[in-house]
Amino acid sequence: MASRLMALWDWFDSRMPSVAEEFRKHMAEYYAPKNFNFWYFFGAFSILLLGIQIVSGIFLTMHYKPDANLAFGSVEYIMRDVPGGWLIRYIHSTGASAFFAVVYLHMFRGLLYGSYKQPRELVWIFGVLLYLTLMAEAFLGYLLPWGQMSYWGAQVIVNLFAVIPFIGPDLALWIRGDYVVGDATLNRFFALHVIAVPLVLLGLVAAHILALHDVGSNNPDGIEIKKKKGPDGHPLDGIPFHPYYTVKDIAGAVLFMMVLCAVLFFVPEMGGYFLEYNNFVPADPLKTPAHIAPLWYFTPFYSILRAVPPLFNSQFPGVALFGLSTMILFLLPWLDRSPVKSIRYRGVLFKSAVAIFVITFLVLGYLGTEPVTVWGQFGSWLGYADVATVVARIFTLLYFAFFFLMPWYTAIDKCKPEPDRVTM
Amino acid sequence: MKNLFLALLFVPTFATASEAGYRLDRAPIDTRDLLSLQAGARTFVNYCLNCHSAQYMRYNRLTDLGLTESQIRDNLIFTDAKVGDTMKVALNAKDGKAMFGAAPPDLSVIGRSRGADWLYSYLRAFYRDEKSPTGWNNAVFPQVAMAHALWSLQGERGLVVVAGKNHGPAEYQWSRISAGTQNTVQYDTTVRDLVNFLVYIGEPAANDRKRIGIVVLFALLILFVFAYLLKKEYWKDVK
Amino acid sequence: MSKKKIDNTRRNLIVATTAVAGAAGAGVAIPFAWSWWPSERAKAAGGPVEADISNLAPGELAVVEWRGKPVWIMRRTKEMLEAVRKADDKVTDPKSDVPLQPEYAKNENRSIKPEFLVLVGICTHLGCSPQSKPAEAKGEMGSDWAGGFLCACHGSKFDLAGRVYKGAPAPVNLEVPPHTYLSDGTILIGEDKKGA
Repeated sequence: MASRLMALWDWFDSRMPSVAEEFRKHMAEYYAPKNFNFWYFFGAFSILLLGIQIVSGIFLTMHYKPDANLAFGSVEYIMRDVPGGWLIRYIHSTGASAFFAVVYLHMFRGLLYGSYKQPRELVWIFGVLLYLTLMAEAFLGYLLPWGQMSYWGAQVIVNLFAVIPFIGPDLALWIRGDYVVGDATLNRFFALHVIAVPLVLLGLVAAHILALHDVGSNNPDGIEIKKKKGPDGHPLDGIPFHPYYTVKDIAGAVLFMMVLCAVLFFVPEMGGYFLEYNNFVPADPLKTPAHIAPLWYFTPFYSILRAVPPLFNSQFPGVALFGLSTMILFLLPWLDRSPVKSIRYRGVLFKSAVAIFVITFLVLGYLGTEPVTVWGQFGSWLGYADVATVVARIFTLLYFAFFFLMPWYTAIDKCKPEPDRVTM
Repeated sequence: MKNLFLALLFVPTFATASEAGYRLDRAPIDTRDLLSLQAGARTFVNYCLNCHSAQYMRYNRLTDLGLTESQIRDNLIFTDAKVGDTMKVALNAKDGKAMFGAAPPDLSVIGRSRGADWLYSYLRAFYRDEKSPTGWNNAVFPQVAMAHALWSLQGERGLVVVAGKNHGPAEYQWSRISAGTQNTVQYDTTVRDLVNFLVYIGEPAANDRKRIGIVVLFALLILFVFAYLLKKEYWKDVK
Repeated sequence: MSKKKIDNTRRNLIVATTAVAGAAGAGVAIPFAWSWWPSERAKAAGGPVEADISNLAPGELAVVEWRGKPVWIMRRTKEMLEAVRKADDKVTDPKSDVPLQPEYAKNENRSIKPEFLVLVGICTHLGCSPQSKPAEAKGEMGSDWAGGFLCACHGSKFDLAGRVYKGAPAPVNLEVPPHTYLSDGTILIGEDKKGA
C-alpha cells in the first residue's frame, strides 16, 4: 500500500515538480528566526481565520438572499430553520471580529519589533493594503443582515464619499445605485463581499507572504539572522519553518480556537460589540436610530471622524482626516528614523510614544462605540461642550502626533546596542 | 442634501436629553425552565399574537419546550395555521399602521434587540394617561403607541413622576386605580414567563449552543494536549 | 545595420500594440463601472416629482409622494409666519444649524419663498408621519398653540417651519427636501436648482 502511494507521488512529482519545490522553498527550507515569541502567532492565526471566513461564508451564501425584502428574514431562516445554520452564522460573525482582533495584534507586533523597517517596507505595504481591503470586506458584509445598524451604518459611510468636493454627490449615488441605500446597494455589496474583495484579499496574502519570504522574517530582537550564516549556508539562528513553526502554530491555533469557541458558543453577541442589538431590528429607511455606531473594529477611526468639527461649512476635513488616519500607516517605514528595529533596544521616547499610542487607540475605540454625550457636558466655561467630544479631539491630535512626530523622537531617542545573535 | 446623513453623526447630542430615565429591573429569567416557557407561550399566544407576529418562529419548534405537536395544535394555535407554520398574524402591516399609528413590530427577535431587562420593566410600567390617544402611557417607553395589553391581569395604575432634586434621579410614585385578576407577585411571574419566552424565541438554538459549546471546548482541550506534546517533542532540538 | 533597424521597428510596434491593448482593456471596464449608475427602475421610483401649487389656498396643506415618503407643501399665511418668529425660543434648533435642509432653505422660514413650506412629513424620531394641527386645535394642543405638527406616535411637536419643540422625543427638525421652482405655480421636489 505504502509503496503504491509512493509510486503515485513519484508519478505526480515527475510531472509537476514545482509543488515539492515550493513546499521546500516556503516551508521545509524557509529559515525563520528561532526566537519567535507569543506575538508571532497572529500572522498564522490571520491565515486560519481567512480560511474559516471563506468556508463559513460559502455555506452562508447557500441560504442567504441578497434582496432588500428577504435579506433579514433569510438570516433568521439560517438561525432557526437551516440545520446547524446558527453555528455557521456565528462562526462567520465571531470570525469577523476575531479576524480584526488578530490583525490588530499582528500589526502591533510589527510596531513593537520594527518589522516594517528596511528591508521589509514592501511586506508592510502589502500588509496595510490587506488591512484596508479587510476593512472594505467587513463594511460590505455588515450591510448583508439588513438590520438597522447595517442600513444606517452603510448610509453614513457611503455619504462620507458625498462630501468630497465636486464629484462627491455623484460618487455616492454611483456607489449606492439608488438615491438611498436600497436593494441595488445590497445586491452589489453582496457580490463584492462574496467574490470580488475575497479574490483581492487572496492575491494580497500571496504578495505579503512572497515578499516576506524573499527578505526573511524579522524577530523580537530586530536583527537580521541572514548576516550570521553557518557552514551549510543557513542562518545560525534560523530553524526550518516546517516542522518547527508548523507544530508550534498548530498548538497555538488550538488554544486560539478555544478562545474563539468560548465567545462563539457562550457570548456570540459579546455584549453588543460583535453583534449589535439594534441590528436585530429590520432595516427601515424611515426610522433613524438615535445612536449609530459601527462595529468595534472601526470605532477608533469613527471617533476621529466625529471629532473633527465642520470647517468652512463642510464635513470634508473630517472625512479627509478619517482617510488620512488609515493611509498614514503606509508611511510608517519612512517616518521611523531609529537605527534599531526592536523596542527592546529602543530608548524611553519610543517606548512612551507606543504606550501613549495604545491608550489613544483604545480610548478612541471606546468613544466611537458611545454617543458623544456619554461623559456629559462641561460647564459654561467651555460652552457646555460634550466631554467625550473634547477628549476625542485631544486623542485625535495624539494619534496623529505619534506618526508626525516620529521622525523627530525616533532620531533623538537613546538606543541600546543590539546583540550579534538572537536572545531566546 | 449631502450633509443630510452626516447630520446623523451629531444627532445624539440632542437625542439623549429626552430619553427616559427609568431604571430597568433585572429580569429573573431562565430559558432552561420549561414550565416557565410554557406559561410564557400561553400568555404570548393569548395576549400578544393578536397584533404582533413572530413570523420567523415555527409553532412546531415549541416541541423544544417539552410539548408534543398535538398539544401545540390544541392549546396554542387559535387560527387555521398548521403546526409547521410560523407565528403570523391576521392583522397586516397597513391596517396596523392605520390603527396604532405604527405597525406593531414583529416579536421574533425582540428579546435580542431590546433585551430581557427592558422587556421585563416595560411590561410592568404601564399607567393610565388621559392625554394619550390610547389612554395608556409607559414609564419605560414614554408615549408608546401600544395600549396595556395585559391590563386585565395587572389592573390599572397611575403614575406621578417627581423630578429629582439637584439633577438626581426622578422619583416614580405609582398608585393603584383598579385591581386586576392577578396580584403583584402573580403579575410579575406572568411577565417573567412571557419575557422568558420572548428571549427563547429570539434565539431558539441558544440552549443547544451552550450544550454543544462545552463539548467542543472539551474536545479542543484534549487536542491541545496532544498538539502541545507534539510541539515540545520537535522543539527539543532547538537550542 | 539593417538588422538593428528591423528590431527597433518591431520593438516600437510591440510597445504600441501593448498600449492600444491596455487602452482597450481599460475600455472594457467602462461598461462594468457604468452598470453601477441607478437603473431605470430606480430612477423611475426615485426621480424628482412635480407639484402644482397654483391652486393652494393660504393655510392649506398639500401632500405629494417622493421616494416613498410623504412631502408636505404648505402655503403659510402672514399670521403663520409670525407664529414661526414667536416660536424661536421654544424650539431646539431655531437657526436650523443641523443640516436637515439644503443651504438655500437655511433661513428663518426654512423655505425658498417665505410663503411656501416644503417638508418631508416623516418624524425624525422613529419615522411616523406627523399630522397638521392648526392654531384652532388649541383645545387639544394647549392654549399657547399657534399651529404646527404633532406626531401621534410619541408626541413630538413641530412648529410651522418644521422645527421641533423643546422636550420632544424627536432629536432634530423635520427635513426639507431639495426642491426648486419651475414656475410660480410649480415646484419640482427632489432636485436642487441647476447650477446653484
